[in-house]
Amino acid sequence: MADHLLEVRNLSVDFYTGTGTVHAVRDISYHLDRGETLAILGESGSGKSVSSSAIMNLIDMPPGKIASGEILLNGKDLFKMSSEARREVNGRRIAMIFQDPLSHLNPVYTVGWQMREALKTHGISSAQAQSEALRLFKRVALPEPEKALDKYPHEFSGGQRQRVMIAMALALKPDLLIADEPTTALDVTVQAEVLALLKELQRETGMGVLIITHDLGVVSEVADRVVVMEKGQLVESGTVREVYHNPQHAYTKKLIAAAPGKGEMHEPHATGDAILSVKDARKFYGGFEALKGVSFDLKAGETVAVVGESGSGKSTLARILLRLEEADGGTAKWKGKDLFTMSPSDLFKLRRDLQMVFQDPTQSLNPRMTVYQLISEAWVIHPEILPKAKWRERAAELLDQVGLSPEHMGRYPHQFSGGQRQRIAIARALALEPKLIVCDEAVSALDVSVQAQVIKLLDKLRRDMGIAFIFIAHDLPLVRDFADYVMVMQKGEVVEFGTVAQVFDNPQKPYTQALLAASLDPDPDVQAANRNARLTHRPENRSRFSKSTMRI
Amino acid sequence: MLSFIRKRAFASLISLIGLLVMVFFLSRLTGDPASLFLPVEASAEMKAEFRALHGLDQPLLVQFGQYVGNVLTGDLGESLRKARPALDVVLEAFTWTLWLAVITMTLVTVCAIVVGSLAAFRTGGFFDRFSSMVSLIGASVPDFWLAIVAIVVFAIQLSWLPTSGTGSLSHWILPICVLFVRPFGIIVQVVRGSMISALSSAYVKTARAKGVKAGPIIFIHALRNAMLPVITVIGDQAASLLNGAVVIETIFGFPGVGKLMIDSILQRDFNVVLAAILVTAFAIFLMNLVIDLAYALLDPRIRY
Repeated sequence: MADHLLEVRNLSVDFYTGTGTVHAVRDISYHLDRGETLAILGESGSGKSVSSSAIMNLIDMPPGKIASGEILLNGKDLFKMSSEARREVNGRRIAMIFQDPLSHLNPVYTVGWQMREALKTHGISSAQAQSEALRLFKRVALPEPEKALDKYPHEFSGGQRQRVMIAMALALKPDLLIADEPTTALDVTVQAEVLALLKELQRETGMGVLIITHDLGVVSEVADRVVVMEKGQLVESGTVREVYHNPQHAYTKKLIAAAPGKGEMHEPHATGDAILSVKDARKFYGGFEALKGVSFDLKAGETVAVVGESGSGKSTLARILLRLEEADGGTAKWKGKDLFTMSPSDLFKLRRDLQMVFQDPTQSLNPRMTVYQLISEAWVIHPEILPKAKWRERAAELLDQVGLSPEHMGRYPHQFSGGQRQRIAIARALALEPKLIVCDEAVSALDVSVQAQVIKLLDKLRRDMGIAFIFIAHDLPLVRDFADYVMVMQKGEVVEFGTVAQVFDNPQKPYTQALLAASLDPDPDVQAANRNARLTHRPENRSRFSKSTMRI
Repeated sequence: MLSFIRKRAFASLISLIGLLVMVFFLSRLTGDPASLFLPVEASAEMKAEFRALHGLDQPLLVQFGQYVGNVLTGDLGESLRKARPALDVVLEAFTWTLWLAVITMTLVTVCAIVVGSLAAFRTGGFFDRFSSMVSLIGASVPDFWLAIVAIVVFAIQLSWLPTSGTGSLSHWILPICVLFVRPFGIIVQVVRGSMISALSSAYVKTARAKGVKAGPIIFIHALRNAMLPVITVIGDQAASLLNGAVVIETIFGFPGVGKLMIDSILQRDFNVVLAAILVTAFAIFLMNLVIDLAYALLDPRIRY
């Protein structure tokens, strides 16, 4: 039998930390053949990236240690090679692309220099490296490839940077490409393009692709087979279809069930007058118009989702509504008063009603305050809400409400998981009994299963307490499950506004259609159908896509 | 870039003027040069004549006005002690100090970068622990004590090097070695810290995944990114050398600007003190400008 391109056998990796040994991966085995795409699916902390780091010899030892196992590339054990031989393998035989291309490209050298280095490291002459770099930049469709070579990483958009990374990884036509969350930081339409490019290049070169992801949609779009990891162990493997339609392990079932976008869509049910009425909101940054006249109404207990790609102005909208920045035009009537022009004293009272939950709870919670201090700080600032004697009692109540236990009050944020931290942030927002909560990508940083829990919590708060939400997100399936209305934004303008059912089932505008088409479905069959539909409409869609990315 | 230099030059001009005002008036508060320069038995007439000759009988504001006028025309007055233009006296001494500072800082920078980078590459290893210990001692040892010990050991007991003064290349060795120690200790620590974070960065991971060798990873990928905080500290340390290493220059009898300043202050040679301050302040302004430009050169994301 011919050797597999890559075979990982009984790999265990430990990390020695100050507090003990962490078994990052335990006894995992998988293989990958030429021309095939294998996905490693797992949530944060599952150890999904560890085996690829072991393949690339990127684990720092110490504190890491290969406890057991072997990794065979074309039948040869990588662990038995000298470090010099492994360095030769890296880049030439195996290449890697990463989640965040901005931090993974050296900021102080031009991308052309970094491309040439990849080639020259493996013995290619300077002149040849230069022409090869140019050819690769053309191949990955970077705009103005000659000029692009002399630019620095920060001068590109996120999607373009990932194209640079791909060009660099493919420079020496490796047998194996490892892609570690390659599209997680990208907008949906850009994600679709990057994945399509990877597929195309794989067909050209016949390389094997190992893709590491937390996203079932990515798995269903690109992978042939999938292995599922949980807490360092491999719990399930099989073809993508098998695993999706007939998951065996409880964890896989949970993961698939938690994938958003399958529930009932909300029918707007709120009655009464709008509590917030935004008319023609505008914002300029210098000569750049970030918001070009946005208008919408919001009733109590209602959710408006604001969706759009980076640069669409959705976060700017949140910031001017909360007066974290000043609007440059328009009105936003809150209980009859315009909050864009409100006096500081009125604004102080308004802060009680309007709260915000941010994307990254690690950054939005002060690490040196206990949970109790974080929650009660609101009452220190607004003492009229609650007499001090009742603070503890109420904080315990709030923690209970968000699914945490009152015993957690004395702990610090770092002692919680990401999902728990976001619950603390929500409890803090609730402390002021707000009427409106603005969630800016509030669940984007969380694992899928945790996302589902947090969304459920927000939905409960809306029903029980009549809180209205402005839900800013780029993840369309999530929006579909949670929102009443959807506002699609592009380049500072509202492209489309309607109920969830209207926008998702019958999108009117090409941009909305493109966004929905680019959004990945966790079901491989649905995804395949979408892909075929996309291919048949290709000429029209292609031009629109490429136009939009050129400008991003 | 040019507009940045212009802006910086203007801002520095304001601080130079402030400095000039402060030093001029402060130095006038410390005593009367007439009673210092003339013999004790000098008569009141002789003192008055001396003051008149040097313009010291005028009101302070008038003296200051005249002084500023002279500075603008490049005339910093006469040294009372040496009866030569103060600027000449200062520039002569400053040249010595400048050479001392340039040679010392070049050696310090090269050594500290190599040692700090290698220490960061294998954190916790033998070389790291050894160099951390050495640099900690270097950063904390008092330089006047080190200077005296060095003279006792190398000049007196071993007779390898001259004790003090100038004249041959060997006269430079002890002052440079003693001045080397503290900035080296400090900068090694900064390089090490900065390199540790650069070496654990994502772009270094990419370079390893590309198969780049260890040498280029340390000295090309990580070092250039790690240099920004280091440059700030280098500038800071260089500034203290340019100001004249007063104690060291005095101990080694080195005719630099630090020694000159102390001597001039003690002898109320105002014009020399003022000229020395102006010259060193100007030199430090130039150096800061160079440092700002070095930032932009090292990091393409910084544009002025």
